[in-house]
Amino acid sequence: MNGRIVCRSLVKVFKTEDVEVVALQGLDLLVEPGELVAVVGASGSGKSTLQSILAGLESPTAGTAEVAGWDLTSLSERRRREFRLTTVGLVWQQTAANVVPYLTVAENVAVPLLLRGARLRERRVRLADTLELVGLQELPDERSETLSSGDRQLLAVAVAMANSPAVLLADEPTAELDTESSGRLFAALQTVSAAGVTVVVTTHDPLVSASVERTITIRDGRTSAETIRRTAGAVGEDFAVLDAAGRLQLPPEYVQALGLGGRVRLVLDEDRIEVRPEYGRRGPAT
Amino acid sequence: MISARALTRRFQDGRHERLALAGVDLDVSAGEYVVVYGRSGAGKTTLLNLLGGLDRPTGGAVTVDGVDLTTLAGDRLAALRRDRIGFVFQTFGLLAELTAAENVEVPLRLLRTPAGNRDARVRAALERVGLGSRGRHLPDQLSGGEQQRVAIARALVADAPLVLADEPTSQLDSASSHAIATILRELVDTRGLTAVVTTHDPIVVAAADRTIELDDGHVVADRSGA
Repeated sequence: MNGRIVCRSLVKVFKTEDVEVVALQGLDLLVEPGELVAVVGASGSGKSTLQSILAGLESPTAGTAEVAGWDLTSLSERRRREFRLTTVGLVWQQTAANVVPYLTVAENVAVPLLLRGARLRERRVRLADTLELVGLQELPDERSETLSSGDRQLLAVAVAMANSPAVLLADEPTAELDTESSGRLFAALQTVSAAGVTVVVTTHDPLVSASVERTITIRDGRTSAETIRRTAGAVGEDFAVLDAAGRLQLPPEYVQALGLGGRVRLVLDEDRIEVRPEYGRRGPAT
Repeated sequence: MISARALTRRFQDGRHERLALAGVDLDVSAGEYVVVYGRSGAGKTTLLNLLGGLDRPTGGAVTVDGVDLTTLAGDRLAALRRDRIGFVFQTFGLLAELTAAENVEVPLRLLRTPAGNRDARVRAALERVGLGSRGRHLPDQLSGGEQQRVAIARALVADAPLVLADEPTSQLDSASSHAIATILRELVDTRGLTAVVTTHDPIVVAAADRTIELDDGHVVADRSGA
């Protein structure tokens, strides 16, 4: 299992009849196999688009996206289906989008296995393994609609893990859960990651982003900053991200503090680069 | 086809007990298109869930094709649902990462339908709901009305003789509601399906053979013929 994720200068443009929306504009991203990372950003930042591309649901407009050795820029429809069924598992924010309400827990886990053509013996093993992973082993015949929303989201993780994917993508998985259920869901994601599966969670939930080693911030369709925590819960160290084209996004609070805008002065020193306002802090000389 | 006797369902709401269904008797014949209507909280969804073996009654009995659902074990009940009943819900219940065709394929996979048969049946089911060209679309690339038609295709792809639909048009505009009501009507007329549909929607009521009104868990009216 090698769930490395590599995106270089990723661009996604959505075209409707007469409007073009640039959702991603040259995003770079590297996630190592087995890493658990959080992706944060305001709505409209491009993080959901990134998830859709990594999931093989959308094709990039330009740039490269590689997931577990699959080049997602040039997949035929048949290969795309194979990728989705063998390599990525998905958990969506809305529990209704993850499980079929009238099917039982066991039937829901069987769906992705059956779509891939897995045989009975494998289906039994994967059912037992995934339900144990999320702690639902006592409830195989329970109908998914009768589960609590927390258990239903855990079932979604079991369904996503059914085909032993190299990468698990979770889009705001705790948004509709209370704190206790969020904690259980996050613990399940940590277990998945500890087993070597790469886990990417888009989230607004500070509980989740404070518990992962690396938080990636997306702003205006680019990776703009990273926070690294050596130990869970510790104060993170913040980094900005320099993309392949040499671009850097300055944190908005830095820009505001110095009143930066338009042109700035760059000064290369021995071990640093300084960014100064074009005319110093007082504005143009008079 | 369906027979319910003294069907009762109580729910525990904290310390209070709520009687959602208070001893309903109901017979539905094969090939009937029955609409169940009434205020919200009247017991419509509770009744439909019990008829479909999605829930268990507190008292009374339901039989579908002579099989008593109340005494079946959980896995046998799930097998009967897969085999005999197609379900349609107000929120569609489609899996977001599967295409329309893959969603429709799900019941066939669960029934272990041989591969040679599957594609043609999925295509036929999508064509029957007017979505023959949309099989490759993901649910969020379809309108609400189209998603509900995909859900109907999924409910009928495995040739279940009974379709149970819970408020299938409540999230749809009136044009889509007409389309859904017409599709259900055609399925009953041309394929001999039995359909039980809960609704508030006069468009759906107008297409039915028989309307049953529920209030406070009781059947208060049962009218045949439009």
